[in-house]
Amino acid sequence: MEQQIVKVKNKKGVRVIPGFGISMGVTLAMLGCLVLIPLASIFLSASQLKPGEFIDVVTSRQVVSGYAVSLSCAFLAAVVNAAFGIVLAWVLVRYDFPGKRLMDGLIELPFALPTAVAGISLTYLYSDQGWIGSIFAKIGVDIAYTRIGITIAMVFVGMPFVVRAVQPVLEKLDRQYEEAARMLGASKLYTFFRVILPELFPALLAGFGLAFARGIGEYGSVVFIAGNIPYKTQIAPLLIMTKLEQYKYADATAIALVLLVISFLLMFVINSIQIYMQRFSKA
Amino acid sequence: MKKGILAGVLGTVMAASVIFTGCGGDSSKDESAGLELLNVSYDPTREFYAKYNEMFMEHWKGEGGEDIQITQSHGGSGSQARSVIEGNEADVVTLALAHDITAIENSGLIEEGWLDEFDKESSPYTSTIVFLVRKGNEKNIKDWDDLVKDGVEVITPNPKTSGGACWNFLAAWAYEQEQNGGDEEATKKFMKKLFENVLVLDSGARGATNTFVENGQGDVLIAWENEAYLSMEEYPDEYEMVTPSVSILAQPSVAVVDDYAKDHGTEEASKAYLEYLYSEDAQRLAGEHYYRPSDETVLQEFSDQFDLDMNLVTIEDFGGWDEAYETYFDDGAIFDEIYSE
Repeated sequence: MEQQIVKVKNKKGVRVIPGFGISMGVTLAMLGCLVLIPLASIFLSASQLKPGEFIDVVTSRQVVSGYAVSLSCAFLAAVVNAAFGIVLAWVLVRYDFPGKRLMDGLIELPFALPTAVAGISLTYLYSDQGWIGSIFAKIGVDIAYTRIGITIAMVFVGMPFVVRAVQPVLEKLDRQYEEAARMLGASKLYTFFRVILPELFPALLAGFGLAFARGIGEYGSVVFIAGNIPYKTQIAPLLIMTKLEQYKYADATAIALVLLVISFLLMFVINSIQIYMQRFSKA
Repeated sequence: MKKGILAGVLGTVMAASVIFTGCGGDSSKDESAGLELLNVSYDPTREFYAKYNEMFMEHWKGEGGEDIQITQSHGGSGSQARSVIEGNEADVVTLALAHDITAIENSGLIEEGWLDEFDKESSPYTSTIVFLVRKGNEKNIKDWDDLVKDGVEVITPNPKTSGGACWNFLAAWAYEQEQNGGDEEATKKFMKKLFENVLVLDSGARGATNTFVENGQGDVLIAWENEAYLSMEEYPDEYEMVTPSVSILAQPSVAVVDDYAKDHGTEEASKAYLEYLYSEDAQRLAGEHYYRPSDETVLQEFSDQFDLDMNLVTIEDFGGWDEAYETYFDDGAIFDEIYSE
């Protein structure tokens, strides 16, 4: 790691940020105070439970169903985001139209909007009395207070990840590849799936992973649109809040710990695929 | 070279740590501004305490007290209690149920025996649990047994996350126990049917009101009487209140957070602040904000507003909060049992 950096330094000869020592120090301090120490405290707090108690807490039927709801909805939301994220990025990169800048800015709005506000307004729109929800209610589909509603909230909060991951790659993608493919007789579909998509895939996967992880942990917006009925629409983070409300800190951190490990494993798998793909494509 | 980098890294980490932790220094003791009082309360008391604070400040000055500044904080009762335990330095807490104050007591911040420190088990005002229905009361809801009928959609928050919802649950329980002569299994079945009709189980009382009022969900909202009045005040002609034959006396509790008050030197003021809640003026103010005054004579002044003929059980009928919580709301207790299938 250090060698790499030294190499870069020698090549360029200029350093934008003063010194490796200070910048590394800032990095470690940030990571330590804001990520590692709080995470360690979760382990510490959960370790107050005896192993048997820990297992009991995280395998109780309500908790397991909470994980299932959170994971399945977050997965679905990430798939939706991946599919539509490509389309959105494509439109923003490949076409020029009035209002493009504005639309580009809108993509980031889910990051800026307090999630509770998002949850309340989504529920308002998608309940069977709301503008959009009432249309679906006519064909017998309830959105708010069901898992569909939960998924929609998760799509909302995860949307920027895929778009922002794919956009820069798409911008750099040389159009000559497409032209070459077309001239060599590839169909439009073939060009997209065999020429463009492989180039986008690592970025897409990264965006997918981030959106997925964000969905698993999402609480603020989902609690409003979920009915919060045990075994049906109760998400795992809500169960953590429930334990906290009952002053059961150790139980709450136990559930959180399992959620954390699941998220970590998912990110690990996704990153591994990405690294493998990159090697594969370079070879 | 290597050493230099290491020193740089260490130095910055240390500097940053100092910055991160150094900001938490004690800056609250600003003597020149007079006394500062922090009242940590729950959601629906916001308007009441805003008025009461003015009233108290005037009274306190009249008694020759020094300048006093009162800050109020509102949120779900349980999370407010947690914030105090975790270091939100409240001088007084005015929460939705004694159970939350007991949690603060268990952390050592409040001395034992707080429940008897003020009159009427430290509940200066009370409320009860009623139904809010849509204008016209299409489903003809009159009492608790109408809530278990097929096709009636009920909105109530989850008692495991909302202190207020514990009162809702216990009120329904008390009704059915009375109906069937104390057959607990039959009551469990009744509660199961009731919660099968619950469409949305919000995490807090404000959320449930929002679901019912703003999002138009459900036929009936089980709510605190004072909250029901607030909704009717905000949307006249859209809702009706129905008072069931049996309900529970909801007793929001108040207490001085002894440890913090001692630290801040506000013990005397905190005590006076809570004591003055029992004065006739404050009792009347509570009545105007739809809380039932605990003072009998003031309560009678509001006999038009409140249905005083309701049969109200109290938490004592359930053996007090600690016992009630363990029996009904703890993990694996009756509430979980109701939802277990």
